[in-house]
Amino acid sequence: MSDTKKFLFINRKAPYGTIYAWESLEVVLISAAFEQDVSLAFMDDGVYQLTKGQDTSGIGMKNFSPTYAALGDYEITKIYVEKESLEERGLTLDDLQHLVWEDEDEDYAEKDSIRLVSRAELGDVMAEQDVLFNF
Amino acid sequence: MSILHLVNKSPYENSNLNTASSIMKGDDVLLLIEDGVYGAVKSGKASAMIAGQKVSVLGPDLAARGISEDKLADGVDVIDYAGFVDLVESNDKVQSWL
Repeated sequence: MSDTKKFLFINRKAPYGTIYAWESLEVVLISAAFEQDVSLAFMDDGVYQLTKGQDTSGIGMKNFSPTYAALGDYEITKIYVEKESLEERGLTLDDLQHLVWEDEDEDYAEKDSIRLVSRAELGDVMAEQDVLFNF
Repeated sequence: MSILHLVNKSPYENSNLNTASSIMKGDDVLLLIEDGVYGAVKSGKASAMIAGQKVSVLGPDLAARGISEDKLADGVDVIDYAGFVDLVESNDKVQSWL
């Protein structure tokens, strides 16, 4: 088998208007199960996927937003959120879920998964990956 | 004579909201549904596009996206599915900006 690769999933669509966000989450969980080094990026309307307080009971669709909180358990600890996209939409980190992972090397200390990055910094993150997936 | 303008896409994804808002006249009404509801959030840049228009948003689509009513631009009316039907009935025509 080949070595572990660095996978970056780039999410750019709002959660319920299309199926992209949910499909991305499915593929993310599958790739984590194959023990790849998985990172997620949220930019443009993709930042809406992580907002708090989603309640889909009135639209007949599954609310998959609680799944993001489980990503830490799949050892997905690097979630990049683009600053410019948040600002354009009038959002701050407080509007997003507080996503954490447990560091087993530090007595399972809880650490933040979300890293707020500029567009330029996100470009650097993309440059260091082996594979880019777009949703 | 009035037209009900329906917008179901995010204003940050394409220009549908801008087009609809700039073509509206008289007693026309704008109804934001699905991803269109993001256009009604006061702190977002796109809310400038709907200033001065008569705007309704579909409540269940707001709730699905975690947007509370206190986040909406001033004057925006939150309606349910029955209110949607009322708007279709009370306007002469419907224009869906797909």
